[in-house]
Amino acid sequence: MGKMISFALNGNKMAVEVKDHWTLLHLLREELGLLGTKEGCGSGECGACTVIVDGMAVNSCLFPGLEIAEKDVVTIEGLTSPDGTLHPLQKSFVENGGIQCGYCTPGMIMSAKALLDESPNATEEEIKHSLAGNICRCTGYVQIIDSIKSISEGGVEEVHVVAWKNKEKDE
Amino acid sequence: MERELTVVGNRMPMLDAAAKAKGTAQFIDDLVLPGMLHGKILRSPLPHAKILHIDTSKAEKLSGVKGVMTGTDIPDRKYGIVPKAKDEYALAKTKVRYIGDEVAAVCAVDPEIAEEALELIKVDYEELPAVFDPMEAIKEGAPLVHADVQKNISASIRKEFGDVEKAFGESDFIFEDTFYSQAVNHAPLEPHGALAQYDPKGELTIWSSTQIPFFLRRNLSTTLLVPESKLRVIKPKVGGGFGQKVDMFAKDFCACWFAMNIGRPVKFIYDREEVFIGTRQRHPVYLSVKTGLNKEGNILAQQFKAYADGGAYNSTAPVMITLMGFFLMIPYKVPNLLHEGYHVYTNKPVGGAMRGHGIPQARFAVERQLDMIAERMDLDPGEIRIRNSIHAGEPHPAKFVINTCGFVDTVKKAAEGIGWAQKRGKLPFGRGVGMAGGSFPSGVSNMSHISSGAVVQLGREGAVNVLTGAADIGQGAETVIGQIVAEELGVLLEDVRVTAADTGITPLDPGTFGSGVTVRAGNAARLAAISVKNKLFEIVSEKLEASVDDLVAEKRKIYVKGSPDKGMTLSDALKAYQYGDHPMPIVGRGSWMAPTTEPTTLLKENGNFAPNYSFMTQAAEVEVDPQTGRVKLLKMAAAHDCGKMINPLLVEGQLEGSVVGGMGQALYEDVIVEKGQVMNPSFLDYGFPTAMEMPEIEAIEVETIDPLGPFGAKEAGEGTQVSPAPAIVNAIYDAIGIDFMEMPVTPEKILKALEEKKK
Ligand code: FES
Ligand code: FES
Repeated sequence: MGKMISFALNGNKMAVEVKDHWTLLHLLREELGLLGTKEGCGSGECGACTVIVDGMAVNSCLFPGLEIAEKDVVTIEGLTSPDGTLHPLQKSFVENGGIQCGYCTPGMIMSAKALLDESPNATEEEIKHSLAGNICRCTGYVQIIDSIKSISEGGVEEVHVVAWKNKEKDE
Repeated sequence: MERELTVVGNRMPMLDAAAKAKGTAQFIDDLVLPGMLHGKILRSPLPHAKILHIDTSKAEKLSGVKGVMTGTDIPDRKYGIVPKAKDEYALAKTKVRYIGDEVAAVCAVDPEIAEEALELIKVDYEELPAVFDPMEAIKEGAPLVHADVQKNISASIRKEFGDVEKAFGESDFIFEDTFYSQAVNHAPLEPHGALAQYDPKGELTIWSSTQIPFFLRRNLSTTLLVPESKLRVIKPKVGGGFGQKVDMFAKDFCACWFAMNIGRPVKFIYDREEVFIGTRQRHPVYLSVKTGLNKEGNILAQQFKAYADGGAYNSTAPVMITLMGFFLMIPYKVPNLLHEGYHVYTNKPVGGAMRGHGIPQARFAVERQLDMIAERMDLDPGEIRIRNSIHAGEPHPAKFVINTCGFVDTVKKAAEGIGWAQKRGKLPFGRGVGMAGGSFPSGVSNMSHISSGAVVQLGREGAVNVLTGAADIGQGAETVIGQIVAEELGVLLEDVRVTAADTGITPLDPGTFGSGVTVRAGNAARLAAISVKNKLFEIVSEKLEASVDDLVAEKRKIYVKGSPDKGMTLSDALKAYQYGDHPMPIVGRGSWMAPTTEPTTLLKENGNFAPNYSFMTQAAEVEVDPQTGRVKLLKMAAAHDCGKMINPLLVEGQLEGSVVGGMGQALYEDVIVEKGQVMNPSFLDYGFPTAMEMPEIEAIEVETIDPLGPFGAKEAGEGTQVSPAPAIVNAIYDAIGIDFMEMPVTPEKILKALEEKKK
């Protein structure tokens, strides 16, 4: 059984038919071909599949596809500008060594973004808490946290960590 | 050195970091080919059983299923990473040996249908008695996991350096203790996968999440009976490996087999549970160490005995028990050593190479015992380590050649970093500090004749192309190699493109294991770059009227040593080269293996084992809550001699990852197996460290410039993993006065021990 739903994906309004049993991860990767979001466990335990739905970081491997109806979904693909400019968080992860194998990275960056959207000057403790559901086997987390701190402590206005959004242009 | 280094030694982001940050880097599961089918594997539910019959008819009839295969379909060729220890079929032929052993495979138009088809396969088993503990498995009359392997001992080693009996006779003190190091899963975040495509002309291409493309090609060739020349292994981005991806797995074989037989591309991706039960894990090992010392605390003799629980198959068995023994000879001077190691089959998940490969288990026992000895002899743990350190240039009891050794400095600096003098034995109950040393080879030399090749090509625009077989699995091998080439050619890192790990394109390389990549593949790439540079310099020296030996290439310029204004840009040099009617592009080749003037079988004769050796000491501070038994690692000061750091950003990343991995092993992680069944095959149940447990980590460099490493580098990937765990357990002793002899040190064990101590 499927249902037609509409939602915004990285700022673009769209309508797609979603089957009852599809997870958001399945919808993104298999149906829409957005392969940036990764699957590490498929059971809500690693955070590799994290995307943002209406401002909240969620594990897309558990999130029912149908529940994004009328909501705003942001994935890692939505963070890079069309001209290829990296989002400040992406840039910071690159420069501070927050990326080794890179498999946890999209999920880490999305969790970090959800946090900083909400609380731009998050402390180290808050950062650690918000990453508690994101596992990284490579980095030992140090450079990941440094990457996020360099933004939250940077106080740079424009980072305010709002992704590039077509939606804003629409409005 | 004639000039300052400009690329090597800098903190530089990985070449592929931006792609990974954007989500555009392609891992195995991101590859999609037209007409691609999806495969799944049926695994044994029993720890030990004969396969009487497999009925696949129902599965074959399910709509959407394109192929079903079992062990009877495949050639009678066993595989294994070590040639003399091959004992595995991609799919079991007549019996299964552990819960998770591969029995059949299916491919279908989507993964859900493939999954459904697995349920329709009916297997008749005759259950056999099973054995789950190595100490039981070696007893007379124990069930045999492999009928032809007596007492289930599939590999063993007895190696003596010096005269141990005599040395024990001369010792003033002798201590003997036993330890246990548990099973740990590598748990790379990316699950294992493979995608194969067959071209009717007979060429088979496989993309695999592998650390060793060239070994995989060999294993596939010998099991599929396809010549290596027709087989191409491509490594896409790999999401971590830590040793778990050095073996061939059923997914590789079955993807190829289906692709060849069905003519469509086939992809297999393991789920997380399969990664836990059906791939590899760090060997659980029972260890006993007997150490003899003189009154001054110098080690005179050591006798080491290890029983490794290998699970159902060999994987790297003989190598693992060998490494474990040989590397007891660093970082301490052990004039007399007897090492006995046994790899024992059980009906359990399979052990394999994991970061450190046997050495962390041995180091846990030795480093723990050293602390216990220091306590009994009233010596400072730092002092006993310094006193027993090996030194560069000294004759080594096993004839290792140690050209550089910063071990003593690492002990001092780690101690300083943790505040040893103020804290050891002086903190309130529940708080403590502890340290552990370690050392690691940068790849092994003689025994396996392994070498790397590289090709460097400089085009007319000054763009550099590097072909290397080195397998970057997230540690940054391609970046390090790119830096080495850029430094040698005097270009910027951004001018260099590295193409890696495609057996159809790139030169031979053994792959990522044994911590040999930087030294081995780095030296090969450096030689290739030097060859390019020499060709160009010949022309430039005519133009500048200077001798080739006086030229320097730096930041896209070539100039005469000492007079940077007497020179030309790289682009002008390339023009001159071209207009001088020299053929473009300029291509250089390099191959490198560690010097092999030593005997080639170290098992029989002594000799050098590795091109060079890294050294490290880690010092931990912990807090133990006596109420809950929980241990918090507050800080780790990690002092590390990895030679010249090619890229400190990446070295720190390796170090920090190792500290958290070591913390996981010391405190949380344990693959719990009951009657052959893994009870916790998920991240949550397994006890994986998260950002919440992350300690403060102070990385302290102790730089040496090694003569054999590229620009003086040594390994930095695995050695970092050998000492964090014992350092933490040693700190727990300082905190609560209890010696733990096995890992992980869980809250339950702490509470129980505290309770017993009260009595
Ligand atoms: S894949 Fe969704 S939490 Fe692991
Ligand atoms: S970078 Fe590999 S899991 Fe995080």
